[in-house]
Amino acid sequence: MEKGRIEIQQLNLWFGTNHVLRDISLSIPARSVTAIMGPSGCGKSTLLRCINRMNDLISDTRITGRILIDGRDIFSPETDVIELRKRVGMVFQKPNPFPKSIFENIAFGIRIHRLAHGRELKERVERALRQANLWEEVKDRLHDNAFSLSGGQQQRLCLARCLAVEPEIILLDEPASALDPHSTARLEELIIQLKNEYTIVIVTHNMQQAARVSDYCAFVMLGELVEFNRTEKVFTNPNDRRTEDFLGGKFG
Amino acid sequence: MKRRRIADRGVRVLFSVNAVLAAAVLLGILIFLLAYGIRAFIPAGAVDPEDPSTQPLTLGGFLFGASWNPDAYGQPEYGIVPLLLGSLITTVLALLIAIPMGIAGAVFIAERLRGGVRVAVKMAVELFAGFPSVVIGFFGLLVLGPALARVFNVPSGLNVLNASVLLALMSLPTIISVSDDALRVVPHSYREAAYALGASPWTTAIRVILPAARSGILAAVMLGFGRAVGETMAVLMVAGNAPIIPRSLFDPVRTITTTIAIELGESAFNSIHFFALFALGFILFLIALFTNLIAEALIRREKRSFTL
Amino acid sequence: MNSLPADRRRRKYFLSNVYFLFLAVPVIIFLVFVAYMVFYLFRNGINVISWEFITRPPERGMTAGGILPCIVGTLYVTLVSLIFSIPIGVFAAIYLAEYAPNNLLTRMIRSAVRSLAGIPSIVYGLFGVALFVRGVHLGLSVLASGLTLGLMNLPWIIATAEEALSSIPGSFREGALAVGATKWEAIRHNVLPFAFPGILTGILLALARTMGETAPILFTGVTYFTRELPRSPLQKFMALPYHLFALATQHDQLMKARPIAFGTAAVLLILVLMFDGVAFLLRMRIATANKWQV
Repeated sequence: MEKGRIEIQQLNLWFGTNHVLRDISLSIPARSVTAIMGPSGCGKSTLLRCINRMNDLISDTRITGRILIDGRDIFSPETDVIELRKRVGMVFQKPNPFPKSIFENIAFGIRIHRLAHGRELKERVERALRQANLWEEVKDRLHDNAFSLSGGQQQRLCLARCLAVEPEIILLDEPASALDPHSTARLEELIIQLKNEYTIVIVTHNMQQAARVSDYCAFVMLGELVEFNRTEKVFTNPNDRRTEDFLGGKFG
Repeated sequence: MKRRRIADRGVRVLFSVNAVLAAAVLLGILIFLLAYGIRAFIPAGAVDPEDPSTQPLTLGGFLFGASWNPDAYGQPEYGIVPLLLGSLITTVLALLIAIPMGIAGAVFIAERLRGGVRVAVKMAVELFAGFPSVVIGFFGLLVLGPALARVFNVPSGLNVLNASVLLALMSLPTIISVSDDALRVVPHSYREAAYALGASPWTTAIRVILPAARSGILAAVMLGFGRAVGETMAVLMVAGNAPIIPRSLFDPVRTITTTIAIELGESAFNSIHFFALFALGFILFLIALFTNLIAEALIRREKRSFTL
Repeated sequence: MNSLPADRRRRKYFLSNVYFLFLAVPVIIFLVFVAYMVFYLFRNGINVISWEFITRPPERGMTAGGILPCIVGTLYVTLVSLIFSIPIGVFAAIYLAEYAPNNLLTRMIRSAVRSLAGIPSIVYGLFGVALFVRGVHLGLSVLASGLTLGLMNLPWIIATAEEALSSIPGSFREGALAVGATKWEAIRHNVLPFAFPGILTGILLALARTMGETAPILFTGVTYFTRELPRSPLQKFMALPYHLFALATQHDQLMKARPIAFGTAAVLLILVLMFDGVAFLLRMRIATANKWQV
């Protein structure tokens, strides 16, 4: 079986008494970009955060159903969350570099997992920065504070930070929502480049973006999966009326 | 991997144990004061019927007795009424000065001061809150006392008034800081709404912002009360310390705190007197605890009232 | 839009400013009072302070000589208190800020810690007598006093440390967790280093206030006079605030001891203001240096 495949089966999630995700089943193929679209507040970010169990941090959360990654249930007691999050990287809505040097930002994950040190650590940092198309811009100032970078650079830095621990899956939570159009374009380019090696899931409320970068597209509304299909199909000939309305701008 | 998980669990246990430990101090104080205080009423040792100083106290005599005189030959008396009144009178007088000053000051600081001036004033207030109380008492003894004696033409300036003025001064930082916080959490939209109706900044501050912050300001008053009622050294140095119920502002006064400070050193260990002082401490503990719990509830209420 | 005539409107705003001026009066009275107190104590105390004064023990029934044992005693007992309260306080704060679930137990712990901050210092003194002096037989000693003071400043340290930790943005923790850090690794590498200056500020403020406390040490180890500096933590000690109290009220030749009392007050105030000052400088630096606080 191909590595990096995500199988979501009858997933339900409650925050307290609030039923946020309803019976979601979805099969995300490996080495492709899958976009999760939907109006704001529909639960798409929550769905994404289930895949690396970031919702564990929120108290009073209840989950039923399964998410299988490479055939193994991530909610089962044997699953090591730390290992899971190493395999499933994440980039957040707002760039969140650590207030340390550029180098240290990337090195952090490599160090805590003891993946490399010394010379090899430096090589890995460089590789991650190259993969994120950031190396050329920062190679002369690796020891500057990461906060001195522009917003777009910061977001690519966060992506590099996630790539440095060599994940199989990358989750992107509206990664371009805080960026200007130019930075957004560069980031999208990068996403398309990376899909040959990684399974990428991107949450966005921007449908043009979904159309541009994704191979598959899921449309979520009010916690329910309305439609999931190849992106061309969803955009040209949706099965569901609600998808059509969303694409037509009836709700945002 | 395994080591990392063990470390993660280990520190978690370490931190939670320390948190519980810190909270347990409160329980520890309660238990020790109670255990020691109760022995003034139920002595552990032998009671010598011939020796009045070994006679256990009655709860009624302790709580309602109008005289505190542990050294009286023959019949020592342990009535806390004069001490309790001493504490209440000085504290209430202090608050009569400190509440209007503190609230007015807080409104001025919150509404009118910005930037560097605000930082400087808040810093001065906070700095004074950290002044050693003996230093303040020393000032009261040497400067305020003689000044009061001269102005009011009384023989001694070491009296109720002096203690109250110092306590007012010492509770001001608490009242100002907590009120200022309370005023500043009032949402900006309240102010905008008032301005939109053509209200002046003054009307807005007094009629809109101040009432909206009333729970927090009440909490400030409670905390100021707690600060004043628990103060020991400054009062000890300027209050004259006679254990009588004062009849005027210029009489000396003895509070709960100063009684403990004066007498614990001279009471024999394990004597009724010794344990009676712990009973006194227990009463003080309860007063402080309830004052705090009420203040906390008020602060919570204010915060809640602004969150939708 | 505004129906009031211009002159009435101007009058209204003028009056508004005048009223606010009245509110400034209590603030000014307070500041003048404090300033005069500091001025008065320094004017009378500063001439007393000399190299001899801070390096010599008291002489001739404390009407001459210096206050070295008091300075040493105060620093010693304060240090003991902090050695005790810093680890417990900071660990407890980390628990409350980072781990504590939102449940009844947490609320009780928080409430207890806050209540501790409001317990009068003389009550801590009684507790110290019962637990440390008598209970575990430390006797009247630096250790008994230090532990009593440590209990008293524990809630101050917890409160400021928790605040410092909570001011670190959640995204630092999320970012670390997302690359597979354990919770402790996230806190250790991406929260504590940035909260450290704030925690240190709280410790310095606690230190300054602890130095000036008298009531908790009154019956747990401080003494009127001892010839030698405390060598072991089980000895009695002299302390600046108690020395000031004793010279001001208990001495049999009050007037002769007065200059020493002024000197003691000035030294104590200088020490307290010094640590407070460093704490304030640190706090201002934090406010301007933190790039993530936009």
